Amino acid sequence: MGLRSMLDSLEPHFLKGGKLEKMYPLYEAIDTGLYSPPSVTNNTAHVRDGIDLKRIMITVWVCTFPAMFFGMYNIGLQANDAIAAGAGTPLEGWREMLIAMLGGGAHDASSLWDNMVFGAAYFLPVYAVTFIVGGFWEVLFATIRKHEVNEGFFVTSVLFALTLPPTIPLWQVALGISFGVVIGKEIFGGTGKNFLNPALTGRAFLFFAYPAQMSGNAVWTAADGYTGATALGLAAEGGVQNVVESGITWMDAFLGFVPGSMGEVSTLAIMIGGAVLLVMNIASWRIVAGVMIGMVAMTLLLNAVGSDTNPLFAMPWYWHLVVGGFAFGMFFMATDPVSASMTNKGKWFFGALIGVMVVMIRVINPAYPEGMMLAILFANLFSPLIDHFVVQANVKRRVARVS
Amino acid sequence: MEHYISLLVKAVFVENMALAFFLGMCTFLAISKKIQTSLGLGIAVVVVLAITVPVNNLIYTYLLKEGALAWAGEEFAQVDLSFLGLLTYIGVIAAMVQILEMVLDKYFPSLYNALGVFLPLITVNCAILGASLFMVERDYSFGESTVYGVGAGVGWALAITALAGIREKLKYSDVPAGLEGLGITFMTVGLMSLGFMSFSGVSL
Repeated sequence: MGLRSMLDSLEPHFLKGGKLEKMYPLYEAIDTGLYSPPSVTNNTAHVRDGIDLKRIMITVWVCTFPAMFFGMYNIGLQANDAIAAGAGTPLEGWREMLIAMLGGGAHDASSLWDNMVFGAAYFLPVYAVTFIVGGFWEVLFATIRKHEVNEGFFVTSVLFALTLPPTIPLWQVALGISFGVVIGKEIFGGTGKNFLNPALTGRAFLFFAYPAQMSGNAVWTAADGYTGATALGLAAEGGVQNVVESGITWMDAFLGFVPGSMGEVSTLAIMIGGAVLLVMNIASWRIVAGVMIGMVAMTLLLNAVGSDTNPLFAMPWYWHLVVGGFAFGMFFMATDPVSASMTNKGKWFFGALIGVMVVMIRVINPAYPEGMMLAILFANLFSPLIDHFVVQANVKRRVARVS
Repeated sequence: MEHYISLLVKAVFVENMALAFFLGMCTFLAISKKIQTSLGLGIAVVVVLAITVPVNNLIYTYLLKEGALAWAGEEFAQVDLSFLGLLTYIGVIAAMVQILEMVLDKYFPSLYNALGVFLPLITVNCAILGASLFMVERDYSFGESTVYGVGAGVGWALAITALAGIREKLKYSDVPAGLEGLGITFMTVGLMSLGFMSFSGVSL
């Protein structure tokens, strides 16, 4: 218990009147991150449960790991493949030096180590910048506004980093997470008080501010001079036909051996993490089911309508499921308990709205091949309204029962 | 038919009056604290837009447009009264709102009481005048301007109700003192408009 007693001996400095009174949120975050909070209920009747907001958030964070590690491997795989095929050259710079130093300089796409090292050299700096810059804002606001640093930030930071393309400049990462944390969350008072998903707010900001680094064909593979479209980009050009012709099978897209954002490629890895969240009841199964139903229904409708000019109309739903950020958004973004609808009935509508919107944007809007991010933001806008009407309907029903 | 449907969708979502053009901001920000009242105001705006845009279209086509007075005789064929446009449209809107107010007072007193002061306020809502001016600029026919009027109104109503929903939720948030009230509402509207960007670029 050396650490415990050390923390205890430091505590008085951070309490009111102590020298470091202003830094209390930082101390509190470290203390309760390592140990259970000391405050417990004294009254007789209460539920005993080990889980609280901090543990929930940490669980979500851990659940992104399968997608994260597969994503790192895949960044390396895609880039090394391109380099081995002579289609691109390694990007010059400190990252390449780092890769060479760790023994990944051969760029051998069949070697697990080479791929992992390559991917880590691209993902980890992005994540580190997200964490440091976002954490800075979080702690700054917590210190000045005297609320606690919340583990919700762990989730925001990892989700934000995983939705970015591997080649994104680090200063843009810093800018995006600053916007997401400050404008998307902190000005409303911190975790639980915002109405948009902060990770998506930051990403949407980057998407609209720097489209050249956030979309197009050149950004998805970290090799110089190589352009490889995402499966969704290919589909937008010529439908599923085009995707299959370019050598990507449905299985590839499901397992994740395709170019794409860092954490969104593997539907399988996302589903593993998502299943844990669903089983532990952290992510609402109603929202996930709603998104699926909305997506499948809208896709079947568009399949039936058909179009001669737009090949995406004919894209079947099981392709919509595996391409782009659909699975990632469904399990990790849409289920954000703060920005989603709160009522059980409302969650169905909220999910279905996302499902319908994502297909609409993907198919009908030629400007954005990826619809998941915008669909979730759009549904976030209407989630309080959905809740309101669900509650009103319930009130009406019960009033009618009484009279 | 398809043309009208795509025009309607465009007016409601793609060219949303409040969140794509930022028109009608004063009422949009002022009367969005409660869902019930903003819904009432939204419906009133839909009604007024659905009437004024087609009426202004008729006036424009048969009175104001260059050469529109040809029906009155040879000597009027060259007359161009379009400089009177702004004045006429706002007059028509004011008259329509007045008539609507009297009709509601007489036949639907409950709705009239619920809307209260917001009804006359609609006269000075720039979304209403904006719709008429867009109608002229884009050369809509009578049918098109009816659809556009309804669509623009529905889009605005949707936006203000969503904002009211968010603001009811934000009552529980902890906004810095300097941003309380209108400040945070402006930020909210900006973020909402980011969400509505999903439609920009849709060509129907």
